Formats: sequence, C-alpha cells, structure tokens
Amino acid sequence: MKLLKLVPDHTNLDFMRWRNLALILSLLATAASIAFTVYRGLNLGVDFVGGQLIRVTFAQPIDVEQLRTRVDGMHLGEASIQEFGGPKTFQIRLPKPAGNDAATNIAATRVRQLITTDYPGARIDAVETVSGKVSGELAEGSAMAIAFAMLGIAIYIWLRFEWQFGVGALLTLAHDVAMTLGFFAFTRLQVDLNVVAAFLTIVGYSLNDTVVIYDRIRENLRKYRKMAILSLLNLSLNETLARTVVTSLTVLIALGVLMLIGPEVIFGLAIAIFLGVLIGTYSSIYISAPVLVWLGIEPDSFIKAEDKDAPKVQPA
Amino acid sequence: MLEFPRWKVWLIGLVIAAGVLFSIPSLIAGTPLAFSWPKWLPQYRISLGLDLAGGSHLLLEADSADAQKQRLQAMEDSVSTELRRDPRVDIGDISTAGGRLSFLVRNPTQIDAAVERMRTLTRPVALTGNRDWDVQVVDSTRVVLTPTPSGTVKALKDAMSVARDVVRRRIDPGGTKEITVITEGANRILVQVPGVEDPEALKKLIGQTARLEFKLVDLSANPQDVQQGRAPPGSQVLPLADGTGFMAVKRRVMVSGDQLTDAKQSFDQDGRADIDITFNTAGARRFGRVTQENVNKPFAIILDDKILSAPNINEPILGGRAQIMGSFTVQSAHDLAVSLASGKLPVKLNVIEERTVGPDLGKDSIHKGVIASAVSIALVMIFMLVTYGRFGVYANIALVVNAFLILGIMAIFNATLTLPGIAGFILTIGAAVDANVLINERIREEIRRGRRLIDAVETGYHEAFRAIFDANVTHVISAGIMAYFGSGPVRGFAVVLMIGVVTSVFTAVYFTRMLVALWIRRTRPRALHI
Repeated sequence: MKLLKLVPDHTNLDFMRWRNLALILSLLATAASIAFTVYRGLNLGVDFVGGQLIRVTFAQPIDVEQLRTRVDGMHLGEASIQEFGGPKTFQIRLPKPAGNDAATNIAATRVRQLITTDYPGARIDAVETVSGKVSGELAEGSAMAIAFAMLGIAIYIWLRFEWQFGVGALLTLAHDVAMTLGFFAFTRLQVDLNVVAAFLTIVGYSLNDTVVIYDRIRENLRKYRKMAILSLLNLSLNETLARTVVTSLTVLIALGVLMLIGPEVIFGLAIAIFLGVLIGTYSSIYISAPVLVWLGIEPDSFIKAEDKDAPKVQPA
Repeated sequence: MLEFPRWKVWLIGLVIAAGVLFSIPSLIAGTPLAFSWPKWLPQYRISLGLDLAGGSHLLLEADSADAQKQRLQAMEDSVSTELRRDPRVDIGDISTAGGRLSFLVRNPTQIDAAVERMRTLTRPVALTGNRDWDVQVVDSTRVVLTPTPSGTVKALKDAMSVARDVVRRRIDPGGTKEITVITEGANRILVQVPGVEDPEALKKLIGQTARLEFKLVDLSANPQDVQQGRAPPGSQVLPLADGTGFMAVKRRVMVSGDQLTDAKQSFDQDGRADIDITFNTAGARRFGRVTQENVNKPFAIILDDKILSAPNINEPILGGRAQIMGSFTVQSAHDLAVSLASGKLPVKLNVIEERTVGPDLGKDSIHKGVIASAVSIALVMIFMLVTYGRFGVYANIALVVNAFLILGIMAIFNATLTLPGIAGFILTIGAAVDANVLINERIREEIRRGRRLIDAVETGYHEAFRAIFDANVTHVISAGIMAYFGSGPVRGFAVVLMIGVVTSVFTAVYFTRMLVALWIRRTRPRALHI
C-alpha cells in the first residue's frame, strides 16, 4: 500500500524569509480583531449579561411576527426571536428585567405560561434564566480563568525551556485568543459559557504545536551550535511540518464532524475550537518561532543550562 | 525496545480489560442488553448531566434582609416568652425597627433583671469570643438587642444548613430521587433535579418560606386605621392572602408551625380542599389551651405574613389535630401541605439562576453526539491508516482502547457526562493521535537519516516523548483551570479532557510501543513501511 505523505520528504521551505511580512499581517489582524471586539462588541449570551433564553419546539410552523407581538405584549423588554436548528424550533431571548433578582425569575415564569397557553402542543426544550448577580460572577470568573490559563501555561514553558520561550508562548496565546474573539465579534455568534470553555481549550491546544516546535528548536540548538539562528528555525519548522499538518488535520476532521452533524447547542464551542486550531497552527510557525529571534535566543542559550545540569560531560 | 517483559504485557492487558469491563455498563444503559449484564460484574455507570438527561438546575440565594427579619422575629418571640415566665417582667413598645430589637421595661427596678435574663438568651459564637447579640440599656428603661456581625454570620450558616435539608425534603419527601442539594458559598444552595416535568411547580415549592403561625385577631382595632396600615400597640396589620384587604392581629404568636408533626391535603365537608395538620405533644397541649381560653373569638391562620383565613373558635380543639382553610385548589393545598410537613425555611430563598433542559432535547443531543463521535472516530482512523499503514493501525487500536479507558475511568469515579463533555470526548479523539503522529513522524525522520530499523523506532519513541509530555501538561493546566472556575457543563468538559490526556499518553505511548515491540520481535522485519 502506498502511504499518504502530505508533506514530501526533504521539504525545505524558507519560512523565516517571510517572517517580517507575516508579523505585519499578524499585527494588523490582531489589531483589527481587538478593534472589532471593542467597538462592535461581543454578542454575549445570558450567561454573561443576565436575562432569559427559552428554546421552544412548536407543534406546527408558527407565525414568527405573531409570536413576537405576543412576547412584546408582556413588556418584558426587547425580545429577540431566532430560528434554532429547525423550522419549528425557536430561541426566544429576553433581556434582564429591571428590579431585583426575583424579577428575572418571574419573567421566565410568564413567558412559559404564554407559550403553554397560546401554543398548545409546544414543547419547551430549554430555559436558561440568569440573574444579574450570577451573570456578573460568571463573566468575571471566565475572564480570570482565561487569563490564569494563559499565564500558567507561559510560566510552565518558561520553567521547562527558557524565558524567551515563555514570552513567545504568551504572545502566541494572546494572538490566538484575540483573533478568535475578533471572529466572534465579526460574526455576532453568541458567546456563552461553552465558548469560554472553547477559549480555554484553544489556550491548551494552540500551544500544542508551539510546544512541539519549541522542543525541536531546543534539540537543534544543542545539536547544531554553529548554525545561524534563522536557518536553525527553518530547519526545526521543516522537520516538524509533517507532524504539524497531520495533527492539525486529525483535530480539524474531528471538530468539523462535530460542527456539521453534532448537537446545535455546542456549535459555538465546536467552531471556536476549530478556528482556534487553525489560527494556532499558523501562529506556532509565524509567531512562536520568530519571537525567539527578536528576543535574542542564541545557540549557546542552552549550553549554560546543560553545563549546570550535567557537569559529568565536561572533559576532566 | 524489544525487551518488553511479560509482566508489563500482562499489566497493560489488565488495564485495558478493566477499562472495557467498566465502560460496558454505561454503554448498554437503557438498552435491553442492560438486563443481561451479569450482576457479579462491575456495575459502575457514568451519570448523565442535566443537559443530556433533562432536568432543572437551580441556584438559590438566601435573601439576607429576610434572614435578618426572621431572626429578629424569632428573638422577639423568645424574649416575650422568657419575660412572661415567673418572675414576670412587664414590657411594652416592643419594636424590631432598624434591625434591632428593643423594648421598654415598665418597672425601672426590673431593668437589671431583664438584662440578666436577656443574657441567658444570647449565646457565645464559637472561636470568636463574641456573643451572637449585644445587650444594651438605653435611657435606663429601654433594653436594646443588636445582632453582632459574628452572630449574624453564624446564624446564616445555621439557617443555610437547615434550609438545605428543608429544600431536600420538599423536593423529595420520600428520599428516593437522585437529586443534588448542596450549599455553595456562604448564602447559596444548588439544586439539581433530573427529569423535571414542571420546573415552575418546583420553583414554587422551594420559593415558599412556609412559616405558619396562629395569632388572635385584634377585635379592638379601628377598621379604618387597619386599612391604612395602623394597628393598636401589641398588634400588627397583615394582608389577607386572597388580596381582598387587611386585618389586625395580636403580635404574639399563640402556636407556630414549628410544632407540627404532619400536614396532609384533605377535603372539608363541602368538598373544598384544605389541609389537615397534626401537632406534636407540646403543640397539641398549647393549641388546646389557647383554643380553650379563646372560644368564640376569631383565630388568624397566617402563612408567611399573609392571613389565609380567620375562622371562629367554636369549641376547644384538644386532640392536636386541626384543619387549615383558605382558598386552595387541590394542587395548592397539596403543595402547601408538603411545605408545612417539611418545616419552614429559616430564610427566604430566591432563584438567581435556572437552567432547565427538557428530556426530548437531551435525548436528541445524546443521539447527535453519539453519531458525531462515531463518524469522527471513523474518519480519523481512515486518515491514520492511509498515512501510516501498519503504524496507523496500531494508533487506531490505541484510539479505540483510549475511548474505552476514558469511559471506564469516568464510570469508576461516577463522573458526569455533559453535552460539552461529548465535545471534549471528540476533541480528545482528534488530539489523542497527536502522540502517535509525533512518534511516527520521528521514526520516518530517523529512517531517512539512515538509522537501522530498531534504532529508528527506539529513537522515535524516545525523542518524541519530551514534546508529548510538555504538550499534555499544557492541556492539564488549561483543563484544570476550567474545572476550577467552570460551572456544571463546562466542568464536565474539563473532566473529560483531563482523563483523556492521561489515558491518551498511556495508550498512544506505552500501549502502541508494546504492539510495535511484539510485532518486531515476532517477524523481525528488515524494512519499515511507514
């Protein structure tokens, strides 16, 4: 059987030649993403801004405008009604009502009553009611979790490699998270708790490639002490390229399937990770590696460490 | 490389067999096969999260203002009872305004005695050296009791633990359902009930304080004053439960719901729903005495500061049984009976978060999740096979074993599978082969460099392991943080990721290495097709 080789043997692409151009593009894209996120804002779900989300499957196709009029008639605030996964399934979203936490709860009760009385046979699939207090805590907790995860991983890389690698990992992560946020701001896809879980996963997985490449760079730095740093980075990237392509493809295949035929409720999570893996693959080549050059990594960066660790190899 | 001792082979085999054995009960759950699974084999199962099984997740928070109010009221009752005992201290103008309890001692010579007896009602708060109430004398005639901060904290803690038990009894009077009721933080209770038919009824059941009190109606009050909310000294104005007006009742609680042993929904002679209540011995004695002393007077039945009804006492009620009348439906009478029987909530609970998933949506999610998982596994396996041939087959066997191990470990720990957890499972499938990709690519490389076959395999496994280890530690860090910060479903995702990291290192590194070693030893291949 002839085996599939997506990356031919002895591939030798000059990645580093384009590093400055890639950097400019990455910076522009990151800036655009941040600008998008700040000015356009994220479509935050009830998890983070409070309010109600009710998913209903009606027995027959319904008149959406009539449903909207009825919901608006309750004066619970501006309702958004969207189709969700099928022509008879709708998602009704209501803002957090004014008043105390009890008010949020009462509003949920009233919408439920409206649906069961006005639409016999309708099935309420899901109700999410989050009061302002809880949504504030969830938003804060999520932001902290992402920040801690990024820092924690960067510190681990620093301990296992050198400080330049830790900084490189942190910048790579910041780039990946910013780009994914920008995507969510651009598409107006709803950001809920599942998407935060996806961000944390991206933080873990986008670094997967980076770690593999850093490991190879470290190995080559020890092996070829006289090689110029740019050639050494190119060599390391080419040596790991086949693996980068194959692994990214397997993850993308698995996530693509989840996105296309998996449950609708976790579409946001699936697409976020899918995108994160794509971005992470790019950034592990064009951010993680070039950062090392700018931070002045030298072929002897590891020699000192090696000498300290293993004095035995020194000639007597 | 080739030296793979027999005991290691057995150990790895044993781990895999255990994984398969432990995962089967979860896989066949709900199918007819479940009945033929022998009883002597492991029965551990993965539980399904509410987003898959259907059910309600409610987060309740204590209303701190109400907690304070209830505490003051309870203290007011204790103070009145204490000072009415021999030697009696006459007091007046009792008030709970401003978060403090204050009263006037009519005879100034008794003020020291009153203060002394107040001290017996306060208790030290463990470890703080403070008492739960401060007792002070103002203007040498007025005694003021102020709750201390440590006393308030302690009272809330006690109230929350009682509330938790009350909530559990209300949702599940028989104690047979698989529900979760736990306190979270200082003032919250998390309730998870699978398969809820009517979440609104559930919320209503939990939302009711169910403080039942019997008080005498103050007939001396001027009806006009009462409608404007003014009551004579020693009395208070309360609204009627049906919203038709107000009524003045004596402040003093004659009998309270704390002394009930049982409450059941029943019907009166006219076929209207009411509630039969039964008092304990002390309650029965007291109820008998009060009704005896107040024959032909109206007696207000008060639930959560609203008057349900105020029937006339026609004759003394001595048996310790009584009926509560009010404008009930059968359902509302039944719910109230359950609430009364389970005891009153020591603090009002507000629902601050609700997440309910209907059973059909859950089934649909499981169905789609299972299909997506199967398709993902199949596609990833085909891809590995065409890319690495024999080594791809090994990676695929490892992948299947990995799936069983994840499920088996989740079953042993009775972990909860949530909808994001299914995503975590699929993601792990995609990422688990990464270790094999790393190893296989390294072997290819070493062969290109001209190493001998066995050397190439050995170096491949050895050199790839460092990167595999570091990459997996980063996953554990992010998953660990997710598990710490995340709530229910997200935590389920993190748990699957963490288990998957550990099992995938085992299957992708150790297990495939064993397969490769056994193959090389058996066939002594001259060339490697990879």
